[in-house]
Amino acid sequence: MLDALTVALGAAALALAAWCGFAALRNQPTKDWHFIGMAVVTVLVLAQLVVGLVKLGSGERPEQGTVLFVAYLLGAFAAVPAAGLLSLTERTKWGSVTVAAGAVVLAVLEVRLYDIWGTAGA
Amino acid sequence: MPDLPDTDSATAGTAGAPARRERLVSGPGLLLVWLYGVITVGAVSRSAYQISTEFDRAPLPYSLSALAALVYVFITYSLVRGGETARKAARVCCAAELTGVLVVGTWTVVRPEAFPDTTVWSQFGMGYLFIPVILPVTGMLWLRAKRGQV
Repeated sequence: MLDALTVALGAAALALAAWCGFAALRNQPTKDWHFIGMAVVTVLVLAQLVVGLVKLGSGERPEQGTVLFVAYLLGAFAAVPAAGLLSLTERTKWGSVTVAAGAVVLAVLEVRLYDIWGTAGA
Repeated sequence: MPDLPDTDSATAGTAGAPARRERLVSGPGLLLVWLYGVITVGAVSRSAYQISTEFDRAPLPYSLSALAALVYVFITYSLVRGGETARKAARVCCAAELTGVLVVGTWTVVRPEAFPDTTVWSQFGMGYLFIPVILPVTGMLWLRAKRGQV
């Protein structure tokens, strides 16, 4: 469950990055549709956070340490909403570039989360 | 779609200040401050974790990580604050950061045995997609471009 979510989130983050990158190429700021995309990704990350915490609560342990795992979960949760809020203050293509960069950061965090959780919960 | 507040209203909170500071966070500056914010969170949490749990294992890399984190915090704060003084201070710190990345990067390549664990700046920031070495260069270019616009 957690692994599937992590993989799905990695893909979703890259898709969001490509989408917002495309908006930037066309010289557009982030629009309502982009924010809906960000919301979808954020809901997925929230689900991942909950599933991760529930797994910890039920006694499963990530391979590389619990503190690291929780820190990365929280970082992943914050990345896209923070970039989205920033893009509200910059209504140019640079807002879109920033969200794209935030989504890439999320994708990297998901790869790390996958490693940190390891095979323990597979 | 409703038009969202533009950049003017975003600075409205500081409008009461005696001399309005020049915004450094606009256009490409937003991306810059976002990346600095991300790397700051990364570096601060990394060094806090390392120093609190296993400082004795690798004191040198962990101290360098903490130093890097402080530099990142200061640059991010300066960029957000804006204004001529902050611009100059941030430029100096970007130069210090670049020096740090180059020195520590070279150090880790030449004398890897001094580094039982990695720092943010190891191998020129390879573990962080080379962002640590790219950021100060773009940062300095950006801050130079903003010179004299106060």
